[in-house]
Amino acid sequence: MPIQTSRRSFLKGAAATAATATAALIVGFAPNGALAATGEGNLTPFVKITPEGKIIAIIKHFEMGQGTTTGLTSLIAEELNSELKDVDFEFAPADNSRYANTLFGAQGTGGSTAMANSYLQYRKAGAAAREMLIMAAAKAWGVSAAELKLENGVISGAGKTGSIAEFVGAASALSPPEDPTLKSAADFKIIGNPARGRKDTPAKINGTAIFGMDIQLPGQIYVAIIRSPRLGGKLTSFDASGAEGMTGFIEAKALPNGKGVAVFAKNTWTAFQARDAVAADWDFSAAETRSSEEIKQDLLTKVNSESEFSATPDADLQDTLSALEGAAQVVESEFYFPNLAHAAMEPISCTIEPTSDGGVVVHDGCQFPALTHPTVASVLGLDLSKVQINTLLAGGSFGRRANADSDYHVEAAMAFALTDRSKPVKLVWSREDDMRAGYYRPAFAHKVRVGLDEAGKIIAWDHRVAGQSIMKGTAFEQFAVHDGVDHASVEGAADTNYAIPGFHLGLTDLEPSVTVLWWRAVGHTHTAYVMESMMDMVAKAAGRDPIDYRLELLSSGTPDQKRLAGVLQLAAEKTGWGQELASNRAQGVAVHKSFGTYVAEVVEISRDDDEVVRIENVTCVVDCGTPVNPDVIKAQMEGGIGYGLGAVMRNEITLENGEVMQYNFPEYEPLRIYDIAKINVHVVPSTEPPTGVGEPGLPPAGPALANAIAAIGPRVTMLPMTKSGVEFYWA
Amino acid sequence: MALTVKINGTTREVDAEPGTPLLWVIRDELQLTGTKFGCGIAACGACTVHMNGEPVRSCQTYIDDVEDAEITTIEGVSGTVAKAVQTAWAELDVVQCGYCQSGQIMQAVGLLSENSKPSPDEIDSYMAGNACRCATYQRIRAAIGRASELLEA
Repeated sequence: MPIQTSRRSFLKGAAATAATATAALIVGFAPNGALAATGEGNLTPFVKITPEGKIIAIIKHFEMGQGTTTGLTSLIAEELNSELKDVDFEFAPADNSRYANTLFGAQGTGGSTAMANSYLQYRKAGAAAREMLIMAAAKAWGVSAAELKLENGVISGAGKTGSIAEFVGAASALSPPEDPTLKSAADFKIIGNPARGRKDTPAKINGTAIFGMDIQLPGQIYVAIIRSPRLGGKLTSFDASGAEGMTGFIEAKALPNGKGVAVFAKNTWTAFQARDAVAADWDFSAAETRSSEEIKQDLLTKVNSESEFSATPDADLQDTLSALEGAAQVVESEFYFPNLAHAAMEPISCTIEPTSDGGVVVHDGCQFPALTHPTVASVLGLDLSKVQINTLLAGGSFGRRANADSDYHVEAAMAFALTDRSKPVKLVWSREDDMRAGYYRPAFAHKVRVGLDEAGKIIAWDHRVAGQSIMKGTAFEQFAVHDGVDHASVEGAADTNYAIPGFHLGLTDLEPSVTVLWWRAVGHTHTAYVMESMMDMVAKAAGRDPIDYRLELLSSGTPDQKRLAGVLQLAAEKTGWGQELASNRAQGVAVHKSFGTYVAEVVEISRDDDEVVRIENVTCVVDCGTPVNPDVIKAQMEGGIGYGLGAVMRNEITLENGEVMQYNFPEYEPLRIYDIAKINVHVVPSTEPPTGVGEPGLPPAGPALANAIAAIGPRVTMLPMTKSGVEFYWA
Repeated sequence: MALTVKINGTTREVDAEPGTPLLWVIRDELQLTGTKFGCGIAACGACTVHMNGEPVRSCQTYIDDVEDAEITTIEGVSGTVAKAVQTAWAELDVVQCGYCQSGQIMQAVGLLSENSKPSPDEIDSYMAGNACRCATYQRIRAAIGRASELLEA
């Protein structure tokens, strides 16, 4: 380096040195998808290494309990050869152009895709950071990079040793490698390691974790909304005189979209109390007026009529119908699935904070920034650049927080716009709001007729589905609806992996009634129940063992069939399937592929002399490709099983004259600790790419329970089970 | 109106109307947000705190009734039982979304303070009122068992 003589160039050099010494190493991607690092324009950070050598993973997905903060941090830690505990995480900002879910092309979490779409992206960023740090050390020491290794924050080799902190500045001045070498699976220390150590555990057991509901900003005011008691009603007038004079009540104003009254107060409790004291009048002329019973009958009529659309365009319905006519026996059943609420533990909230430049920060457990960001900007008349999203932990979601209508963000933004925009406004929902504000799992009916030949082999399967489309009329329609068929209505049935001759599936939409939304596992919540219940009914009619019968239909050698058969066989082995059980005990099985993942489950129940059913044991075998965090996978299976079983056992949202009849948990009783005595999860080793785990544990659980009950009791096809007369154990 | 609350070992002045649930005083006035709002009607247990060492639902405990009581929240819970419970919760990675877990932990500390070796049925019945929509129950049961072992050691 030439000696600097002039004062001007000396200063320049010193400034450059200082900048180099204090710069963090940031590695991410440019908009064209190429790796980019510190100092390069348009960089999207995925990993940041501070001048002190602290490694921070930037998490583009939100955390609702599914373990994404642990999963994505694991990928960075793996490629940087660090311990998981030594790598921190931060949530990414809202930036659709940079943090898109690569499977959606938009920033958002859902469809059990977080790991699947991030696996190579995060590893590549981590590997590039590793190579840049090593390159910087090699240059400083005048040795070959090939001689050096990075482990636990220390670079060593060629007789030298140094902390990565020494090289962060120099590395930040390098260009990232175009194609860094990813670690080989044989060298993995974190990926596939069954050790526990969730990144979010410490804050969630000592009260320091901050969820959306926990945001406390200086000067913040609170707002609760009065909504139409009947879904779809429009506000005509309101009278807030009952709330006037209440300490802490600020004011009440109509929302500009006619959907309610915003009641402002100085704290949450007063907002709820004042809301109860405000009277509102509604125009119900466009509101839902039906009852759930009417909707159910309508759906059942629809599945007993010709379907509106064919979801199996390659199949000929006439062939199926004529094969049915010639069948030696026909096994048939109708099924009904009610509306369900997500009922996450944390009621919805959203806080909008003004910034000094006339913009806002949205504080939210934000599941789909790609929707929330433009929605809030549009309601407030702001440029996108003036709206930031501060992603907070979400106390569950199960799909509720990703909504094409952005319902609660619109409420929060409208309420904020009704103020002078000088103070943060926190929208708070009560449990009753959360239960009654719509966006439910749509109600569905199915009718299936299966024709068998003399040998008990299937020769025809006529399957009709009716229910309200989730995707039609939303921004997702163009991706999810083809030839009139909303894939989310038929997924898991129309694309069954069983080799079923004469299979035809028809779909009829229900005219929109309640607002509907994806609910953990979406269409699979009902299709798996129907497919797997029918499979047992057909096996029984054929006089065959239900697992053998399924395996025979999974024997044409496709990769999907092999993996389904694999988990099914392992489940049989783990549960000693076929062994004699006590006369009051029974096992039921189901297997299903959803979100790229293969899951078999066996539920074992007991039934006492009073016919009370207890779930004694659930065994789950999951093949989700490379298991990144096996213990998180187990937790997601346990959670999916519990969430699914609780719903099929006793949950439903019902309407009377368009009004929701459930208010709080007593009318929508959640699964309790005593409901399932034990769950055992087995994770299948695999080197296939990782697939989803948040949802796939759910679909087989319901039908496995139904099949167990049917083995020693009634066959339940109308949900919830309690409404069909099944009584469950309680503590 | 001005009231005093003895919470986590200190006496705090708060401004709250009579009839205000303790939950909202804890969360909005004292800004101790570890105690969660889940249902408001004592049906989920997310708001569980200790009053004189015993678990209560703070959403159904009114500020007027706690003037002489010692209130403990997740931020202030301490002692051998609490330590054992939190250690077991960490060892077993019980949490998922985590929203109910403050309440679960406060309830579990209550159980093990009364009965340091609960049977599975005793765990089920004592914890029955604490809902977890992520269904972490299997691990809650195991963690209470583990905490019980830690207390015995």
